[in-house]
Amino acid sequence: MKFKALTAAVAIVALPVTVLADPDDDKLIINGEIEMISVTKAPEHVENLDTIYSGWHFRTDETQALQIDDFDNPAMIFVDQAADIYETVDGAAGKSCASCHDAVESFAGLHAQMPKVDPETGKLVVMEDLINECRTERMEADAWKWSGADMQGMVALIGLQSRGMPMNVAIDGPAAPYWEQGKEMYYTRYGQLELSCANCHEENYGNMIRADHLSQGMINGFPTYRLKQAKLISRHNRFRGCIRDTRAETFAEGSDEFRALELYVASRGNGLSVETPAVRQ
Amino acid sequence: MTNALKLGLAGMLCASAAMAGEIKPKDVSFSDGAIEQSLTGAPGDPEKGAMIVGDKSMGNCVACHQVSALADVPFQGEVGPPLDGAGDRWTEAELRGLVANAKMTFEGTVMPAFYKVDGFIRPGDAYTGKAPSGPIEPILSAQDVEDVVAFLMTLKEE
Repeated sequence: MKFKALTAAVAIVALPVTVLADPDDDKLIINGEIEMISVTKAPEHVENLDTIYSGWHFRTDETQALQIDDFDNPAMIFVDQAADIYETVDGAAGKSCASCHDAVESFAGLHAQMPKVDPETGKLVVMEDLINECRTERMEADAWKWSGADMQGMVALIGLQSRGMPMNVAIDGPAAPYWEQGKEMYYTRYGQLELSCANCHEENYGNMIRADHLSQGMINGFPTYRLKQAKLISRHNRFRGCIRDTRAETFAEGSDEFRALELYVASRGNGLSVETPAVRQ
Repeated sequence: MTNALKLGLAGMLCASAAMAGEIKPKDVSFSDGAIEQSLTGAPGDPEKGAMIVGDKSMGNCVACHQVSALADVPFQGEVGPPLDGAGDRWTEAELRGLVANAKMTFEGTVMPAFYKVDGFIRPGDAYTGKAPSGPIEPILSAQDVEDVVAFLMTLKEE
């Protein structure tokens, strides 16, 4: 008995990597009823992957558990705050979101198609752009900071209305040049470390880099609650952090470069369920 | 002049001679990915090399490579091959080339170049995310590279 226990202990010490390697095969079901598509066939435009995985599959059981019940999900406090803000008048025009829009449930499906090209201006817009346009143009209120708690709470609240629906961003027609720009960025080896998104998230997903289990870098769970930072993290904030960590001069949150990268990275996850607000390490 | 002072002066002269003889990143010459000549002319210190390989703020080699000899360093990565036996598989000159700029040996490798100062896309000021304020320094100094190579040469399969 004693000998067996010792053998088991040795095995664990000798094989830490094997235990953690590859995405796990757990099933993501939220609140015991919403069956999420967290693993599926890669879309045709993703040339180098056969299967796409939600980042949820690369996290520990403890972190995974925080996302499967909304009562345990620490992001829901911020989503609840956003639901209050949705009804609250702000700005010179004396309006709230609810003054013009139906209940927030009316946004079901929007997140799954974002980013998209504004047919009037021809510009690529992300959810933060739509929210700030409403605030400044119609509410005559101040624009929110890109990664502020107000903004990311609202992005998550609107995104939550699409939870479970498969991501389905358009990459053709007017979106095509933005998509190409984002793809070019995805494969560019930035910084003094000369690392591209693909070096880690396409060539090495499933592998450990120091204490971090590399995922495919999917953004279907964003804004995502990051335990490390104890708040909702925006997509552009995460892009910025990754590029900074290549010892590069990064791009700004809300820059056109990051809008294009967001479109491309979102398109790599076409077919995965919208998961926001996800919980990650 | 006391003997101790003489020795001290001699030491300083040696140190400055080594600095003067240092091969700068832009002057390194590779042959088939290897660098034959020591970057400093002084032998590397394998113990310092071991520290650099394991230290997050130095080489941080273990972020991507496993090294059984450094079993006390936690969270060893698996992006690159394990370094066990590196001293058998490669010559000193080949290891020097791999540490300085592995792309000269393996085209397109993920591995960053640790003794290179130009040819980057949007290089930053270390990990600040900002543009550099002056010339870019290599991630490791010439002596650091020599120390790492000296350590790697000790990694033999038994």
